[in-house]
Amino acid sequence: MTAIAEGARPAVRRPRFMLDRTEFMGPLFIAPAILYVVVLVALPFFLAIYYSVSAYTIFNPSYHFVGLKNLDEVLKSDIFRHTLGNTFFFTIVSQIFGLLLGKVGAMLLIQDFPGRGIARALVVLPWAVPVSLAVLAWKWMFDSLYSVINWTLMAVGLMDPMNPAQWLGTTDLAMAAVITVHAWRLFPFGVVIFLAGLTSVPKEVLDAATVDGAGFWRRNYVIIMPIILPIITIALIFGTVFTFTDLSVVYLLTNGGPVNSTQVLGSLGFQVGVLSGDVSHGAVICLFLFPFLLLATIVLLKVLRKREI
Amino acid sequence: MASLARRVAGTGSFYSAVAFLVLFAAFPFYWMLITTFKQDGDLYNLESIPYWFNESPTLEHVKYLFTNTLFLRWLGNTALIGVCVVVITLVVSLPAGYSLARMPGRTAENLGIGIFLTYLVPPTLLFLPLSRVISLLGLQDSLWSLVLVYPTFTIPFCTWLLMGFFKSVPREIDEAAIVDGCTMVGAFVKTILPLSVPAILTVVIFAFTLTMQEFVYALTFISSSDQKPITLGVATDLVRGDVYYWGELMGAALIASVPVAIAYNLFLDRFISGITGGAVK
Repeated sequence: MTAIAEGARPAVRRPRFMLDRTEFMGPLFIAPAILYVVVLVALPFFLAIYYSVSAYTIFNPSYHFVGLKNLDEVLKSDIFRHTLGNTFFFTIVSQIFGLLLGKVGAMLLIQDFPGRGIARALVVLPWAVPVSLAVLAWKWMFDSLYSVINWTLMAVGLMDPMNPAQWLGTTDLAMAAVITVHAWRLFPFGVVIFLAGLTSVPKEVLDAATVDGAGFWRRNYVIIMPIILPIITIALIFGTVFTFTDLSVVYLLTNGGPVNSTQVLGSLGFQVGVLSGDVSHGAVICLFLFPFLLLATIVLLKVLRKREI
Repeated sequence: MASLARRVAGTGSFYSAVAFLVLFAAFPFYWMLITTFKQDGDLYNLESIPYWFNESPTLEHVKYLFTNTLFLRWLGNTALIGVCVVVITLVVSLPAGYSLARMPGRTAENLGIGIFLTYLVPPTLLFLPLSRVISLLGLQDSLWSLVLVYPTFTIPFCTWLLMGFFKSVPREIDEAAIVDGCTMVGAFVKTILPLSVPAILTVVIFAFTLTMQEFVYALTFISSSDQKPITLGVATDLVRGDVYYWGELMGAALIASVPVAIAYNLFLDRFISGITGGAVK
């Protein structure tokens, strides 16, 4: 194959019109993509950093430099510290549930049974459908008066009809509700990733191990897990990033309430930066996502590089 | 006999596990469906069993949605934004993916990974500065702001997807065309693009669905009802004050969800191989 490629090169190198030159056209082909990313991702990012050290608000758009004053004020705020904790808590707990359910789901759906196709299609739904629309269904299911969840719990006698749960109105339950919706949205992603991983494990290897006397758990941890670990890592990174940076679930389900108890970085940043118009403090809050994203990126790069070698 | 009983019990618990999983995943959608077609009296009745119709089903909510709200307008907006974003994405990503797949050496590899990583940059990090950029461009409160901004996440993902695809197309095909006197652009258009129809179709579907799922930028940039895409319009405009019109809300959510759900299911495997960077063959 290399021989053919080398053979073809001189033809390309013949002096020709500029547009024929691979050396010239290659960069030209990729330039628009890079330009788009630089202008609308990199530049705004630096603008966000600049906002965070200036006194910029919607009402007084001055780029007056104030240094780390904003950061200091944000760090001193109780709401912010609580919000930061929430963001980690929601992310970690919903990843654990998402992964566990994902693994179990994949082990079920890899079996051949009648109706598997339909089951898979239905399980994928939460992840496919726009989250802002799906959250509305959950909001209705968690309704203070007509919650179907409460109705069911009362019908089977697990809840006192005189004292129905206020899912979105009490701190603990609202946190549980947010985690439920995140885990619900995430686990189908886990299922399909684990499925893809499991199908990539060569059947002969598993059969050979079974013949040699490896049991279910041994096969699971000594053979399957090491093979599928890279893609699980990639899935985990994406899942974590999407949950950690999400704004819409909290914004639509609880709007951060009751009294900021379910606020996450995204929703607080939106509230401060857009609704209250305090852009500089909003920018500081949102930029707290960055160190975390950087870490996720580094891990992802390691996995992707390892795959290349 | 004992082994038969065990097998029956095993099958039973297998199917109940599957049933639990499917129920957990799909119940909210069932709930959308039944709420859409229930009469108000039936919806807000604590006495009857809520899982099924206790009064005859009605099309009232769906009718209201189409006649008394901007629902159709929002659907149209989403379609317009989606089509424009898909076109921009294709125009930018096709050459970029091709160039990355054919560029020799480590640079292409690094550039490719670099572009893919921007897919990890979330709207939550950029909505504040971007809304400033949007108002500088005079696009505030217009759906064109979304057409401009959405390619920031569709281009990275689709370039990566296409790069993977073009790498699987043998180099000899375009090189032969160049030897035969084609320009590089000509070789790409005449030999590679016709082979890429499945990949292009995948990109079209994903750019469109990613666009439909976005919420944060729309929420930040747009406040006029008639400029909103479907996800934003339904979530913000169908609630009046504190009153939720659940029949209409669920109907709107359902109608907007169905096409995305179908598209996703059809193209799921390609999406997975894209996101795992071909780690799964």
